[in-house]
Amino acid sequence: MTRRAPEGDGAEQSAVTAADAQHWPNLVFQKLREFDVRHVTYVPDAGQTRLIELCHASREMEPTVLTTEEEGIGILAGAWLGGERGVLLMQSSGVGNCINVLSLAKVCSFPLLMIISMRGEWGEANPWQVPMGQIAAENLRLAGVIVYEVTEPAAAAPAVEAAARIAFNGGLMVAVLLSQRMLGAKLFKD
Amino acid sequence: MKKPHELSRRSAVARILADRRDTLVVTGLGSPTYDCAAAGDHPLNFYLWGAMGSAVTVGLGLALAQPKRRVLVLTGDGEMLMGLGALATVAVKRPHNFALVVIDNEHYGETGMQRSHTAAGVDLAGIALACGFRWAATVKQAGELEEVMPILHTAEGPIVVVLKVSSDRDPLVLPPWDGALLKSRFRQGLLEVPLG
Repeated sequence: MTRRAPEGDGAEQSAVTAADAQHWPNLVFQKLREFDVRHVTYVPDAGQTRLIELCHASREMEPTVLTTEEEGIGILAGAWLGGERGVLLMQSSGVGNCINVLSLAKVCSFPLLMIISMRGEWGEANPWQVPMGQIAAENLRLAGVIVYEVTEPAAAAPAVEAAARIAFNGGLMVAVLLSQRMLGAKLFKD
Repeated sequence: MKKPHELSRRSAVARILADRRDTLVVTGLGSPTYDCAAAGDHPLNFYLWGAMGSAVTVGLGLALAQPKRRVLVLTGDGEMLMGLGALATVAVKRPHNFALVVIDNEHYGETGMQRSHTAAGVDLAGIALACGFRWAATVKQAGELEEVMPILHTAEGPIVVVLKVSSDRDPLVLPPWDGALLKSRFRQGLLEVPLG
């Protein structure tokens, strides 16, 4: 059975990875603040619980819970029209919901920063998650989204920084995919 | 047999926009976009030509980013039905500056005038109220529209007016459809520093 798998081989390196595994949401949150991200639109995912909590606790952030992920694309387009920046958080099952509405960001060159935690990708226990998880990255690329795949906690914040710069400077769609290799797979056990 | 609605969508939209002052306008794809263009193109109109179901969410993001400006979303029944969840999201966010007009001809006008769910009685104003909109009305006559006009333009949001309009076709009046142009001219018209 696949479990959280630190990538390092030495004991010291494993310890560093374990610390980063705890800390990555704080570092990603910091990057969002550095890039003046205000609107945090999301459909919840367990892998991003801590990041979502940090955004709710921030006075500078405007969190919006969505009924379906593509609402976030519209809200962030509207926010950009009004001079503000945002991010869309979701799990990979939401990618399919977004496909047609991505044309809004594409045609108008709206910046679209997405952070997507993966399901159905690596050691998934629930077979119903696998079909969408396996095609999420490819679907995003087909739709014109730049995709950064992150498999280690320490790489999350640098990926978000790189994605934010490309998205906001270039009016481009960029998705950071957080692998189940770093988040762990939900095992359906108490 | 149900009596057809008589209100003209073109004259209703022209009447609403005549009082817009500095309101920011977002339109849903299809006839609402043409109705708005027919009333006069404006840099602070953001026309959607696709992304069906997104008019309300674009308006919500704009309303949250520009709390001092009135935001008016004009869309159709078919477009609204595709994004009903957005009514719940708006209601939960409660933007005080957000007003929605659904131009409801009870048909899909772009695709051959097939009947929509509102023709079978689905009540969009009722749905919005149940979600938590502050106020909602369904308007069928020009006189009723006059009565709600001050509410539409000034009352605390989120509010919605459903206009039951004739399903007659109007001449096409097409605004620009270059999305990047529409975005940039809107930001130039609204923001002091539109770039970056």
